[in-house]
Amino acid sequence: MFKVKYFEAIRTTAVILIALVIAFIIISLVSDHPVKTIGIFLWEPLSTKGHIGNVIEMSIPLMFTGLAVSLLFRANMFNLGAEGIFYFSGVVTSVLAIHLTTLNGWVHPVVAILAGSIVGALLSAIPGILKAKWNANELVTSLMFNNILFGVGLYLLNYHLRDAKAFANVSFKFEETARLAKIFPGTRIHTGLIIVLLLIVLAHLFLYKTKWGYELRMTGINREFARYSGMKTAKVIILVHLIAGFIAGMGGSVEVLGMYNRFQWTSLPGYGLDGALVAMLAKNNPLSVIVSALFLAYIRIGADMMARLSDVPSEMISIIQAVIILLISAEQFLKFWKNRMLLKEAKASA
Amino acid sequence: MQSALLEMRGITKVYPNGVVANQDVQFSLREGEIHAIAGENGAGKSTLMKIMFGMEEPSDGQILIRGEQVKLQSPQDAIDRGIGMVHQHFMLVPSFTVAENMVLGMEPRKGTSFNYAEAVRLTEETARKYNLAVNARAKVEDLTVGMKQKVEILKALLRGAKILILDEPTAVLTPQETEELFHELQQLKTQGHTIVFISHKLKEVKAICDRITILRGGRSEGVFDMSDVSEQEISRLMVGRDVVLKYDKERLSAGEAVLSVDRLNVQDSLGKALLSDISFAVQAGQIVGIAGVEGNGQTELIHALTGGLSGVLSSGAVQVAGRDILAADILAIRGLGVSYIPEDRMRQGSAGDASIADNLISIRYRSKELNQGPLLNGKKIAKLAAALVEEFKVRCSGPRQPIGMLSGGNMQKVVVARECSTGPQLLIAEQPTRGVDIGAAQFIHQKLLELRGNGCATVLVSADLNEILELSDRLLVMYEGQIVACFEEPSKVSEEELGLYMLGIKRQDNLPTGRAAEHV
Repeated sequence: MFKVKYFEAIRTTAVILIALVIAFIIISLVSDHPVKTIGIFLWEPLSTKGHIGNVIEMSIPLMFTGLAVSLLFRANMFNLGAEGIFYFSGVVTSVLAIHLTTLNGWVHPVVAILAGSIVGALLSAIPGILKAKWNANELVTSLMFNNILFGVGLYLLNYHLRDAKAFANVSFKFEETARLAKIFPGTRIHTGLIIVLLLIVLAHLFLYKTKWGYELRMTGINREFARYSGMKTAKVIILVHLIAGFIAGMGGSVEVLGMYNRFQWTSLPGYGLDGALVAMLAKNNPLSVIVSALFLAYIRIGADMMARLSDVPSEMISIIQAVIILLISAEQFLKFWKNRMLLKEAKASA
Repeated sequence: MQSALLEMRGITKVYPNGVVANQDVQFSLREGEIHAIAGENGAGKSTLMKIMFGMEEPSDGQILIRGEQVKLQSPQDAIDRGIGMVHQHFMLVPSFTVAENMVLGMEPRKGTSFNYAEAVRLTEETARKYNLAVNARAKVEDLTVGMKQKVEILKALLRGAKILILDEPTAVLTPQETEELFHELQQLKTQGHTIVFISHKLKEVKAICDRITILRGGRSEGVFDMSDVSEQEISRLMVGRDVVLKYDKERLSAGEAVLSVDRLNVQDSLGKALLSDISFAVQAGQIVGIAGVEGNGQTELIHALTGGLSGVLSSGAVQVAGRDILAADILAIRGLGVSYIPEDRMRQGSAGDASIADNLISIRYRSKELNQGPLLNGKKIAKLAAALVEEFKVRCSGPRQPIGMLSGGNMQKVVVARECSTGPQLLIAEQPTRGVDIGAAQFIHQKLLELRGNGCATVLVSADLNEILELSDRLLVMYEGQIVACFEEPSKVSEEELGLYMLGIKRQDNLPTGRAAEHV
């Protein structure tokens, strides 16, 4: 069974390689100096401490949302609401970062982040309850919630948080006490990295080592079986929504306080949907989220560098992502190869 | 040797989950014969037949029809070549009439609209031609199981099938209906059709087939003329040893009533009675069997006993150890020591992608014993799982293997192991050995008897009459949501007599009802 066991890992690697090859082909067609451009795309993100820092900074929100979405997918909930929650929790945290002025150093960000996370959990629970009680499709409700949350958040930004003195549509400045500390000099990597890594380890323990995680996994694999065994699957579904909302909300809060000094998203930042891609690449495994978020951040930063230093625009990255999503979700991809391997193994063991 | 109508050479099929269902299987069909494919479950019968009908592609091997090599990539390919199939679970649209079902996918037209009159005419013509009487205008949902099967056969014939594959055709039939089916099959044979008959009921195979191909563990054990082999020999070839389904059980003195059902009535949301006035009791150390043709209220009764009644109206009382459970949730019911082996091990009984160990602990993962503070005790779980796998002889690579990779029989053993290992007071066993090979079935039977010896009360619902007659201390027969017969010594009842009650032709008078039933 040696080879078959690693089939999924091999398949994921193959998908990534194919996507990269397609990217190279496109670059070759578009660019006047394809070799140089590909070199920029691949090596530039790793070339300096600052660039590596950029990759890690970008991977932090991806880890948050990737983790949140992984847990939802594990429970067989196809919920893409991390997007709206990420955004809205950022708004909530910004309010506290601006208006709470009496708190000292480390308490301020803790309060602001926790508030954002709790709001995220509560908002996320709504599609969860709708699903658990009335079997309302969580994909539909969560996508609609993304729009609602964005609309409300943008309203708050425009009418309550907006700094008229600034030249763009941004909020007032955060209090200095609210911002997260940088942990590596020369980069903008902030304490959010520690928070998210801690969270990932906790989620791993929760999923595989606790009875609640066990309930979540069984409900995800076969809800009928879970119910038959005596599990309260409705509660499990609501619980996983609360947890995922909490994590996604914390992601938005941490991102705002770690990377910015004003709230400035006037469109959905897209990290929630990226989280779905991260979760798919990670096979919904909390620990693998780290690697897949880093990979996604790496090719994003690579594309940014490429846009800056060569003649290929960074939108090229969307093509790579689309190919990855397509191939990963296409279950039949490489099946023939697996079947041939299975046949060989069966014959060998006969 | 006669040339073969259909031949399969060296068929090997490996499923994506690694299960080797067929390995180098040889099969050859002569024109105009009834050919049995027999084997335990998990022997690869269903897979072989799916390959024959183009539903699965073989990983290796050849298929030849009249000496010409063919590739069957879809059922349509098979139909085009004159192969028809009658599935075990009927593929009919219940709300359509017989005629509409018959022409599904090949509807006759009048202009742009569906020509119903022509469909009826086609149906009646086919029915007359093959002497299989059906009412073309009846709705399929109103038909008996035997009738539905007839429609399936006609459907295949209408599509020009010369080779008919029947997958466990008698599994859902009463003895009388089975006889009728055999008569029809003989008739088709004389009209020149070739029939592949898949079954693990040896008596039937012996009664009707000309030749038999025996499968064991995914390989063909050989093909025999029926006159050359006895039932004993076939069964030895199928399982590799002699089997008799006969158990010596001591008569136990009746204990306390563990389960009592008192005047239970259940109606569906439209007010149709599903269960009427059901009363019975099960004492500790007693197995009460419930026989009946499928769909006569057994499912609803089990729902009432296992917390599965929802969205229906019910009255009466169901008590376990004196506690009312009709409105209780599943967790509370299980908390009273109720275990339940469900009919469908894939849909309810297991989580396919989860490990055997995860499947084994699903009803006890909350227990103190398996937890350590907030965490599950992985070591204890592994130990428990390994012990159960060993005790129940589950053939697998280890407790961490996903349960979905096991064969049906082994999967069922895991389900039984889980439900029997918690020391239940009451066990609800619904078709505990359906689709399970004889070896595993015997093993499961022994476990049920062992629990009985330990004072567990058992409700056994089964379509396998042999099983139910042999295991039960008391046997109830259900027909149209009512109990129509009660036998105190089931092993002395013949299958034929049971059949009369199951079909509603006979019913016992003065059956005890209400509270009185508890003292039976």
